[in-house]
Amino acid sequence: MTTVRRLLAIAEVSRTRLALSVALGSATVLAGVGLMATAGYLISRAAERPAVLSLTVAIVGVRFFGLARPLARYFERLTSHDLALRALGKARLRMYDVVEPLAPTQLGDHRHGDLLSRLVADVDSLQNLHLRRTGPRLVALVAGAVAVAVAAAILPAAAIALAAGLLVAGIAVPAATVALQRRSGTIEAAARGELTAELVETMRGAQEIAVFGRVEERIGRLRDADSRLVRSARQAAFAEGAGEGLRLLVVGATVAAVLALAVSAHAAGSLDRVLVATLALLALASFEGVQPLAQGARELRETLAAGRRLLELADRDPAISDPPRPAELPDGPFTVALEAVRAGYGDGESPVLEGADLRLEPGRHIALVGPSGAGKTTIANLLVRFLDPECGRVTLAGRDLRDYRQEDVRRAISVAGQDSHLFSTTIRDNVALGRPDASDGEVEDALRRARLLDWVQSLPDGWDTLVGEEGRELSGGQRQRLVVARALLAGAPVLVLDEPTAHLDPETAAELVDDVLEANRTRTTLLITHRPEGLGRMDEVLRLESGVLA
Amino acid sequence: MRALDPRLVRRAAPVRILLGLDTGLGVATAILVIVQATLLARVVAQAFDGASLDDVAPEIVLLALAFAARGALSWGFEVAGARAASAVLSDFRLELVDRRLRTQPAALDGVDAGEIAAAGVQGVDGLRAYFGRYLPQVVLACVVPLAVLGWVAAIDLTSALVMLATLPLVPVFMWLIGRYTEERTRERWVALRLLSTHFLDIVRGLPTLRLLNQSRAQAATIADVSDRHRRATMGTLRVSFLSGTVLELAATLGVALVAVTVGVRLVGGGLGLQAGLTVLVLAPELYLPLRQLGAEFHASADGLAVAERIIALSETGAEAARSAGTPAPSPAVEPIRFEGVSFAYPTRPGLVLDELDLDLFPGETLLLAGESGAGKSTVASLLLRLADPTAGRLTVAGLDLADCDTDAWRRMLAWVPQRPTIFHGTVAENIRLARAGATEEEVWAAAVAAGADEFVQALPDGYDTVVGDGGRPLSAGERRRFALARAFIRDAPLVILDEPTADLDPESTQLVGDAVERLRDGHTILLIAHRPELAWHADRMVVLEAGKAIVLRERRAA
Repeated sequence: MTTVRRLLAIAEVSRTRLALSVALGSATVLAGVGLMATAGYLISRAAERPAVLSLTVAIVGVRFFGLARPLARYFERLTSHDLALRALGKARLRMYDVVEPLAPTQLGDHRHGDLLSRLVADVDSLQNLHLRRTGPRLVALVAGAVAVAVAAAILPAAAIALAAGLLVAGIAVPAATVALQRRSGTIEAAARGELTAELVETMRGAQEIAVFGRVEERIGRLRDADSRLVRSARQAAFAEGAGEGLRLLVVGATVAAVLALAVSAHAAGSLDRVLVATLALLALASFEGVQPLAQGARELRETLAAGRRLLELADRDPAISDPPRPAELPDGPFTVALEAVRAGYGDGESPVLEGADLRLEPGRHIALVGPSGAGKTTIANLLVRFLDPECGRVTLAGRDLRDYRQEDVRRAISVAGQDSHLFSTTIRDNVALGRPDASDGEVEDALRRARLLDWVQSLPDGWDTLVGEEGRELSGGQRQRLVVARALLAGAPVLVLDEPTAHLDPETAAELVDDVLEANRTRTTLLITHRPEGLGRMDEVLRLESGVLA
Repeated sequence: MRALDPRLVRRAAPVRILLGLDTGLGVATAILVIVQATLLARVVAQAFDGASLDDVAPEIVLLALAFAARGALSWGFEVAGARAASAVLSDFRLELVDRRLRTQPAALDGVDAGEIAAAGVQGVDGLRAYFGRYLPQVVLACVVPLAVLGWVAAIDLTSALVMLATLPLVPVFMWLIGRYTEERTRERWVALRLLSTHFLDIVRGLPTLRLLNQSRAQAATIADVSDRHRRATMGTLRVSFLSGTVLELAATLGVALVAVTVGVRLVGGGLGLQAGLTVLVLAPELYLPLRQLGAEFHASADGLAVAERIIALSETGAEAARSAGTPAPSPAVEPIRFEGVSFAYPTRPGLVLDELDLDLFPGETLLLAGESGAGKSTVASLLLRLADPTAGRLTVAGLDLADCDTDAWRRMLAWVPQRPTIFHGTVAENIRLARAGATEEEVWAAAVAAGADEFVQALPDGYDTVVGDGGRPLSAGERRRFALARAFIRDAPLVILDEPTADLDPESTQLVGDAVERLRDGHTILLIAHRPELAWHADRMVVLEAGKAIVLRERRAA
């Protein structure tokens, strides 16, 4: 239960708004109940053939309920969706606060793109908590209570039967459905996961499968995985319709019980005959309130699974923090160094770097090469304090990086490269991201030094052109130049280039490295790469192999 | 895609069975609805006239049973729908796979593998709602109102006419509102998309934001954009909820109207209590299926979108020429010739290859160079019969390859792609991909020749180590060497190497280069490369430029 409570705290809503939404929802249900009950009364009374005028109240009542119900429903839908969207906004902010200090090294995976997409989808699904759980439950409670109260005023015994029926339909039936679906749902989910993995792999490797003549075999494997899924889906299907089916069963039993009680009460003389129909129809219509509770069990399960993933993130402690009395950055040029650093990403795994020593003196251009996985990006992470060393220390002007504020460290040392993200906004906004108050002249200058200005000015919208999602409107080379322009504008004294030429063809790569080194002639630059382009121009080339610097 | 789009119905036999079943269940539901209402009315009328509990007990029991039966029917609808959904999706999946693997593995339409898998497997939820709830509702919405109207007409024609009067208003108003709102909501949904992807963009770029000390500042934009998104969405919803409201209004006012007219006539003595109550209880049932249909419509829209996507995926793409044909001569003996070959990708404008003339002589190592995008990988695809030329032909000893048996031809080829796929399985299984039934010695020998044996032996389980998705991760160099091992084990006369040293560090490059040198012996090799250091491996070098092999340089190995 604490899971749900914590999730509700994340996707917080104002109590007043929730109360309004519930009130409107209850009003909708009760208007429906009122409509049928009053109509039942009207007709039964009419059968006694009284003066028509004595039916006036009932007639007005029927019309009133007939009108009130759709209106209440319309406003209830608006209110509950508005509520859910507000909750979504809050949830996004809260989860952003959670994830912000953890990115990128504590998100468990260096290729964190997928994790973050799932985070967004998971947060989105929190809306269901209100729309499909809290809201409907409260409405069922309030509407049910009022209906029972009205029934009690007419015939207490019937009220008890109604209450029992509502409780069973509202609590026991959904619980039974969930239990039924859980087991078969797990098996189905597993089969589905297996098939997805096989399918993705087959599609990705389709060409090799075809060329190497293994098509039949592969299709056979997929057919097997597919039939396993179909079989488990068939089993799961049995549990699917259980909710609504059981609910109708309970409705029937309750209405029958209420009828029986009403008839015998009337026969005993304690109930006016006109009210028999009223009670029966009241009971029948009350079950509308509990109908949404049985459905949506599966979506709720998925929502809770998403919620658990989010809570797991929220429970991670940020490893990097600012010191209580931070040191100030030095004014003049400074040296950045790694001293006998051992660093890694997990407690169980062996460290990525071992005894690493590195000196970046002011104005020097140093290259760091080595096979992928050797720890080059780890060094970049250490330099900007995305990661702290296990042993040894990273120093800036001779002092441990941990003595400075993170913000200051990142003003002094910046990283740009293949992992730099381009936002779905204009070229100018992307370049000026680090310096939002930069003047047009400064932005132009940065673009010029990155040798991107001519191209930008040739565009119809100039630097107001949108770069597209993750910069997809630009070529690989242009993206990297934009990233470089951004780093130039931000103007940190030490620049780390992390694989800026990855995925570029050799000519583009060589041009880019040349231009970058030219633009940063006097800036301390560390070029991390596994490509040969530009190495000839560096002051020093260091090799990193299996965690050790040579 | 329309509901009950013929493409959907035609392809999936399960759908037809389901439709029949749903119709049967629908008729049964209609009957039960009427029975239910009649029983309820009878009991009340009898009690009205002074019956005791014992008198009406059997009918009360029957009433409860009628509800139970309706429950069973509704359960049946969902089960049948869920089963149909998974069967339909299964058919689609297998057809997709079959098509991709047999006829167009090259996936020239550029559709992502993950997207296909997602559509083919995850799509079940959308389709389940379509088959399990929407289709049955369509049936119910046709059958039940008719049955109810018919029965009410039999009891009391006037009431039936009153109901009938209210009914047409519903679709008319909904259609009116639908037309009015459709254009406006579509525009708004487009604008909404930008607002809703903002959060993902920020979150994806978090490391960059932190590096630039902008991550706190962006938190404020999240709140702001979320609010704008909310307001925009609410504006759209205010309009789109209207049509549902009209339906509900018609339904409840209809019931109210019926109740009042019945009541008035009861007073006047023109109608009996049982008849009146029956009509009253039946009145909501007239509208209920229609209301629920509106509610289920949105879920069905998702389902149909999925089906649309899958159908599109399985119907796109040109068909590469298929097998059955004369067996082709071996490239070990005969030269391969590109004669005026042109090629254009269906999704990109312009010709990649423009009347290309190229020869590949048996036993030689030909280096094919050129800028990225010049068409080098296209040449490989054509040789591998993964695509067909849009003009011109490929010949072997004068025989057009398009007339030759594709499978037999491919058996004479080995391919080391630029991004080799490592499948989930052991190292040995991955190498054996290129030659089913290879012995352990052969696997080991191939790995040695490819320069991969050393690092495989260093792995915890050696050749039984599980690699690929979910297995031990491999570096680019390691994957390349596995692909080379595949080429060695296949021992095919023609080997195509596509950028074997691209994106590799210096020693991996060295290892791969050595392996390529070992491969040259006794094989014809087409070596596609950018990097100059491989040039010395080749007998000849051809440069692709503007779709043609323009520059021809003969370089003899030392």
